[in-house]
Amino acid sequence: MSKFLNTVIAATLLASPVAAEKLGLGRAALPEEIAAWDLDISPDGTGLPVGSGNVLDGEEIFAEACAMCHGDFAEGVDNWPKLAGGMDTLNHDDPLKTVGSYWPYLSTAYDYIRRSMPFGNAQSLTDDEVYAIVAYILYSNDLVDEDFELSNENFLDVEMPNADGFFFDNRAETEYAVFNDTCMTNCKDSVEITMRAAVLDVTPQEEGTELSEQTQQAPAQDTTVVEVAAEPETAPVAVAAFDADMAASGEKVFKKCKACHQVGDGAKNKTGPILNGIVGMAIGANADFKYSKTLSAMNADGMIWDEANLAAFLEKPKDFAKGTKMSFAGLKKEDDIKNIIEYLKSQQ
Amino acid sequence: MTVSFKGKNASRRQFLAGAAAMGAGTVAAHAAAAAGDPLITEKQIWAQATGDGVDAVPYGMPIKYESDVVRRNVEWLTADTISSINFTPIHALDGTITPQGCAFERHHSGAIDLTKQDYRLMINGLVDTPLVFTYDDLMRFPRESHVYFCECAANTGMEWAGSQLNGAQFTHGMIHNMEYIGVPLRTILNEAGIKPEATWVFVEGADASSNGRSIPMEKALDDVLVAFKANGEALRKEHGYPVRLVVPGWEGNMWVKWLRRIELTTQPVESREETSKYTDTMADGSSRKHTWVMDAKSVITSPSPQAPITHGKGPLVITGLAWSGRGAITQVDVTLDGGKNWQVARLAAPGQPMALTRFYLDIDWQGEEMLIQSRAHDETGYVQPTKTQLREVRGLNSIYHNNCIQTWWVKSNGEAENVEIS
Repeated sequence: MSKFLNTVIAATLLASPVAAEKLGLGRAALPEEIAAWDLDISPDGTGLPVGSGNVLDGEEIFAEACAMCHGDFAEGVDNWPKLAGGMDTLNHDDPLKTVGSYWPYLSTAYDYIRRSMPFGNAQSLTDDEVYAIVAYILYSNDLVDEDFELSNENFLDVEMPNADGFFFDNRAETEYAVFNDTCMTNCKDSVEITMRAAVLDVTPQEEGTELSEQTQQAPAQDTTVVEVAAEPETAPVAVAAFDADMAASGEKVFKKCKACHQVGDGAKNKTGPILNGIVGMAIGANADFKYSKTLSAMNADGMIWDEANLAAFLEKPKDFAKGTKMSFAGLKKEDDIKNIIEYLKSQQ
Repeated sequence: MTVSFKGKNASRRQFLAGAAAMGAGTVAAHAAAAAGDPLITEKQIWAQATGDGVDAVPYGMPIKYESDVVRRNVEWLTADTISSINFTPIHALDGTITPQGCAFERHHSGAIDLTKQDYRLMINGLVDTPLVFTYDDLMRFPRESHVYFCECAANTGMEWAGSQLNGAQFTHGMIHNMEYIGVPLRTILNEAGIKPEATWVFVEGADASSNGRSIPMEKALDDVLVAFKANGEALRKEHGYPVRLVVPGWEGNMWVKWLRRIELTTQPVESREETSKYTDTMADGSSRKHTWVMDAKSVITSPSPQAPITHGKGPLVITGLAWSGRGAITQVDVTLDGGKNWQVARLAAPGQPMALTRFYLDIDWQGEEMLIQSRAHDETGYVQPTKTQLREVRGLNSIYHNNCIQTWWVKSNGEAENVEIS
C-alpha cells in the first residue's frame, strides 16, 4: 500500500490543478454548516466529539432504540445484523461477522451509529448516547466489564480483536498473474455437473403470475374490509373507552415503534404499515403494504385488530403471528401494552 | 410468453405450456403455407382503425406486452426492502445501455425525495476554501459524458458457495450501464483548491444511511464524475436524483447517491461500508480490504434459465455481456461443452473502457444438451477465472467480487439451469 500511496501523492502533485483556472462558482461554506455535516470519525479518533457513556445506560438506550432489530443482547432479530458474538469464527464456514468478531476499528461503530442509526430515525441520538450504545455493544461482545464507561479520552485504548485481520487488496500479486487461461481446444478431458440451482429452489417466482393471483383474490379481500368497517357500528364498546393519561404514556412507549411505523397526518408506510385507525381495523388491511402470508391469511379469515389481538401481538409478535415480518421481540410490561393501545386509539 | 423459474415442477409446467403455445404457432404458420396465414390474409384491426394520439402518453413506458421485463428482488436476501437490492432483467435486454427504469437499485435507507432546489454539495477538509454548491452551480461547470457500467460488489455473491439462483437476472443483475453526464470531480476539487497533504477523498450521501466511502486522490483526480444525467435524462430517484457520484470500474457502493459532501483527508475514514462490508474474507479468516476495482467478467444472458430456447432446432443466437473495471474488453470466448473447447464470440462493437460489451455467437443447434459458458479477456491480458480458480485463492467465505465463469446447462428441450461443473 505504501507504494500505492506514494503514487497517489506523486499523482496529486503532478495533477495539481493549481494552474487550472477557477470559475468562481459556489460560495464559502460557513463553519456552522461544516460542523452540521462533517460528522465522520477516523480510526485515529479524528472527529470524535467530547463526551462519554457507560454500559448500563447503553443497555437501556439500546433496548429502546436498537433492540427491535438487533435484539436485546445485540444478537440480531431475523435478517437484521447481529452485533455481538462470532469470536474466532472467521476461518470457519459461514463466519459470523459482528462488531466484536470482525470490525477492525471502534471508530467505525461510533461513526456509523452517530451518522446512520437508528434505522428510520437517523441522527436522533446525542453524542453521549452513542458513547453509551458503543460501550454496551463492546460489553455484549465480552470486550469490557459492565462498569465500563467509554469516552473520547479512552476511546483509542479499546482493543478490537480483529484489528490485525485485514490486508490491502493483493489481487495484482495473487490473481492477475495466474488468471490467464486462454486454452481454446481440448482444455479438459471430462466435465461433470457437480451442483444444480434447481435443487436448492430459492429463486423467486415470476412476479407476473403472483400479481395475477393477487388480482384474483382482491375482490374477496375488499369484501372483508367492507364487513369489518361496518362492524364497529354494531360493537362500538371496544373503542368507546379511552384514557388520555394512558395514551400519553403510550406515546412514549411508541418511540420503540417509530423506526418502522408512522402515525398522524402525512403518515406513510415504511418498514411497517401506517397505524392510523389500527384499533378495530381488519388485520392486514392496508392495500399498499405487503404483509407476511400469516397476516394476509388472518385478513382473509376476517380477523380484526381488537384490543385482545393487539395485546397478544404486542406481547409476542411471533407467537401471535408466526412468520410476521415485524422483527420486534415484544413488549414485556403489561402496562406498556395497554398504554400503547390507548395511544393508538387516539391516532385515527 | 411467461416463463416461470421457481422450482423444477413449476418451471417445467410453465415452460411446457409456453413451448406448446409456441408449437401451435409454428403449426399455424406451417398450415398457412397451404391456406395462408390469417394474420396476413385477413384484415387486422390495427391495420384499419387508428391508434393513440400524440397526447396519449407524455412520458412513455414500455408497451404492456413487455411487463415481465422488470427489476426483481429476492425476498430472503435482506431483512427489509428499504435496505436491500433488486436486479436488472439482463436476460431480457439486448445491446449495452440499460434503461434507467429497469436498472438495479441498492438502497441502505430507501430512495429519498430530494429536489434540485433543496440540493447542496459541500466540499470541506483539506482545501484552500471550503465551498457549498447548489444544483445550478454544478450546471455551470464544463461537463463530460461517458458510458460506464456500475456493478455492485455483491453481484454473483450468492453463488460463492454453490449455484443458488436460477436466472441471469439474479446471478448477474446487480449491474447497469448508462451514458452518464456530469462534471469531473477534479474540476470541483480544483475550485476549492486541493491542499498538498490531501491524499484521500471521503464522499457521503444525503439520505438517512449517510453512506460514506473513502476514495484515494489518484482515482478522484482521474475519471470520477459528479453526475446529474443518465441516458440523456435526469437521474431517477432510485439512482440518486439529483446528483450521484460515478466511479468508473469500481464497486457500486462507492457511487454515492444523493451526493452531499466531499471531504479531503489524509486517511481513509474506514466507514462501515469499507470495513465490515465490502471486504473479502479468505479461508484463513484474514480479509482483503480496499478491493475497489471490479475485475473482468461476463455472462451469457440468453439462452439462460429465464430465457430458454423456445424455437426448436436450427439457428440459435447465443448472446451475453462482458465488462472489466480495468479497461476495455478485447475478446470473449464461448464454450458449448463446459470448457473443453472454446470459440471466439463476435463483439457487437469494440470494447470500451469500463463499459458493457455485447457479444454474440450464432450457432446451428440440433437439440443437443449444452454446458454453455462465456469467458472475458480485458486489455490488461487478464482472463476471467473459473469458480475453482477463485476458490483456490479465496476459499468459500468470500461474498463480494465474484467474477467467476458462469455455467448454464441447456437441456434438449431448451430449458436452462444454473449449475456448477467440474
